[in-house]
Amino acid sequence: MGPKAIDVGRHPNIELLTYSEVEAVSGYVGNFSVKIRKKARYVDPEVCNSCNECAKVCPVVKPDEYQMGLGSRKAIYIPYPQAVPCSYILNMDDCLGTTPIACGKCADVCEQECIDYDDRDEIIERDVGAVIVAIGLDVYDPTELDDYGYTRFENVITSMEFERLICAGGPTAGHFIRPTDRERPKRIGFVQCVGSRNAAIGRPYCSNICCMNTIKDTLLLADHYPDLTNTVFYQDIRAFGKSFEDMFQRSKEAGTRYIRGLPGDIEEDPLTRNLLVTVENTTTGKLERHEFDMLVLSVGVIPPKDLAKISGLLTLSKTSDGFFLESHPKLKPIDAPTRGVYFAGFCESPKDIKDSVCQAGAAASRSGALLNAGQITVEAITSYIIEDACTKCGACASVCPYGAIIWEKGQFPVVVEAACAGCGCCGATCKSNAIVMRHFTDEQLIAQIRAILADKPEDKVFVFACNWCSYAGGDMAGISRIHYPSTNRVVRTMCSARVSEDMVLEAFRCGAPIVLVSGCHYADCHYINANRQTVKRVQRLWNKLDRLGIRPERLQLEWISAAEGQKFAKVMVQVEELRKKVTKEEIEQTIKALQEKPKKQRKAKSAKQTEASVSTP
Amino acid sequence: MSERQVDGDLRIGVFVCDCGLNIAGAVDCAAVSEYAETLPDVVCAVRNKYTCADPGQNEIKNAIREHRLNRVVIASCTPRQHEPTFRQCVLEAGLNPYLMEMANLREHCSWVHPGDWDGATAKAKDLVAGAVARARFLEPQVEMTVPVTKAALVIGGGVAGMEAALELADAGHKVVLVEKEASIGGIMAQLDKTYPTMDCSI
Repeated sequence: MGPKAIDVGRHPNIELLTYSEVEAVSGYVGNFSVKIRKKARYVDPEVCNSCNECAKVCPVVKPDEYQMGLGSRKAIYIPYPQAVPCSYILNMDDCLGTTPIACGKCADVCEQECIDYDDRDEIIERDVGAVIVAIGLDVYDPTELDDYGYTRFENVITSMEFERLICAGGPTAGHFIRPTDRERPKRIGFVQCVGSRNAAIGRPYCSNICCMNTIKDTLLLADHYPDLTNTVFYQDIRAFGKSFEDMFQRSKEAGTRYIRGLPGDIEEDPLTRNLLVTVENTTTGKLERHEFDMLVLSVGVIPPKDLAKISGLLTLSKTSDGFFLESHPKLKPIDAPTRGVYFAGFCESPKDIKDSVCQAGAAASRSGALLNAGQITVEAITSYIIEDACTKCGACASVCPYGAIIWEKGQFPVVVEAACAGCGCCGATCKSNAIVMRHFTDEQLIAQIRAILADKPEDKVFVFACNWCSYAGGDMAGISRIHYPSTNRVVRTMCSARVSEDMVLEAFRCGAPIVLVSGCHYADCHYINANRQTVKRVQRLWNKLDRLGIRPERLQLEWISAAEGQKFAKVMVQVEELRKKVTKEEIEQTIKALQEKPKKQRKAKSAKQTEASVSTP
Repeated sequence: MSERQVDGDLRIGVFVCDCGLNIAGAVDCAAVSEYAETLPDVVCAVRNKYTCADPGQNEIKNAIREHRLNRVVIASCTPRQHEPTFRQCVLEAGLNPYLMEMANLREHCSWVHPGDWDGATAKAKDLVAGAVARARFLEPQVEMTVPVTKAALVIGGGVAGMEAALELADAGHKVVLVEKEASIGGIMAQLDKTYPTMDCSI
């Protein structure tokens, strides 16, 4: 990895912004504007020559995060000797103070004069055509698994701490010792699947890398200390990749014992500080007790904590295990559902270094193809305004999540087509029917509703589903072959916010017993936050239905993500149960109550739309 | 190829896909096809074994020419998978791609209602009726072309982010690599040796 990091640091085409975070992303495929916060580092990396004089005089000692807290660092420090950029950084939260009275020693000794106490965060703006999301992973913290004794027993460590203890660049210079007595341990136990394949703690997935990592660890120990014994407690050993099985066999040949069964309980001998492990060996069916000098918990990996933030910035979704959702699990595994955004590495799903590098190459290739094309076409699903019908109220501009409608009081609103993403929220909001959504017009959708409900509507549940989440959730139910009642009829719109009051009422007028509006989860709307309007509209409709003597529960609202095939099916079962309770008489009364409302408005709009679409080039 | 004009009477063609037995195994595709023929403005309904395969697409193109179709409804799978395929197909036959509509008889019907032959068939008919009704109001659309900014943002400077940035940069593209920590390398920089070759991670 070292050579890659160095290449990144000096590549003329790469602008490397470390200690920086993406704060905002606007725009669309090919045309993203990005705001990046470059945090104050207080040391100029261009000038710092890593002489270490500053750290020598710094009086603050803190646990070193790079060494997993097993070593210490100063308030001014370099993360590790080979770091890129090779520069120190001053952590202001740790610093005693920069005034000469408080401290200020580091700046005094810095011959390069690269320490600047007045450094401030900087906001940098960049325009890009493509985005690659490679935000990696976090490591599972096993403290919550109290039976394993992590943090209670000092000689129970995690596999990440093991990495630092065995590493020549670690706090012990690679001498493997146990924390309590600094002696070299003789009997090491490894526990697999700590935080993985454990539904009880909400982590049912396999972390992919831990089996091979432990096998590697046993070989390292056998190589360094031939007299040491290794024992691995496991559920299944997953050694599926190239050369993996060979390593597994070598580990066994080197004397590592593999015992199938995960420890039920771990105790510490208070005298020796050794660890007593009780385990059911599932191969023999017998209860066993083992004693170790040291125990390594082979911890799983979890989605990075920044995933939600990045997800919000780029309107991405996640699968049930918490990692990013790709466009298609087999055919488009690199593309995010948002066009122009690609995934590389762990954040999409647990994978090892080789697979991360492979996926990164693929992401570079996918985005390179986009950048090379120079221009792209965007789907013609944007909105336009019929000025003859427009009352200049500006409601459309106020609900547009993209600010794509420009409006000033007393003026006609103007749609900036390049900024319009086509959610249709404006079209559903406009009370004077002056907005047409290309390819998802009112008349197209109303015609579809009427045709579907033309025959025996009482047998059907009418469903509006947004393209990105709920409709895709329906697709996922299909791909996963999850069965549900065949009574539902789905109409697709780009966003749930496209579904107007009139569309819902039209479905009831046509005799639908139940109408379901479904969209992306509330905070995960593909169109930033358009589905907030969905909620408001459905709430207004519930009130309206109530006033008209129609049971509001006949209109349902559900959030179903693209990954939630099971939820889609479950919701279809629920709405079918509701449908069964709606009588023919009730439907007839509903139709009557709604027909008393004049439908002039929509007809006027349909006529205007036809007129307008003819005159549109 | 120049697009044919779509003025005049509506002439809709419906293509019902068996998808091998993926759809035909749970839905009476013959009945759906027959039903489609009775819908307003439908001038032909054709059943295909695999509509997305070349023979299936050729059948659509031939029917567009032969029947002077100006709207096409394809009753097959999810538009989230094959809409680009069929848009391109009708375009090759001279029809504006936005005059094609799909009905999802596979992911939303046959795959989720096996063993419910009558229910699935009734649903499939409704989905086709809905698609035909919508198709009657479809209009040709012109897609907007927008320029692409020739630079990429890579978020995260671990091994994946570094690799992606280097590949793009080596190909001549400008890259902005954003890393939240003080140095790049990510979790990999904290590892000692890495499998399966046991070499140093840094």
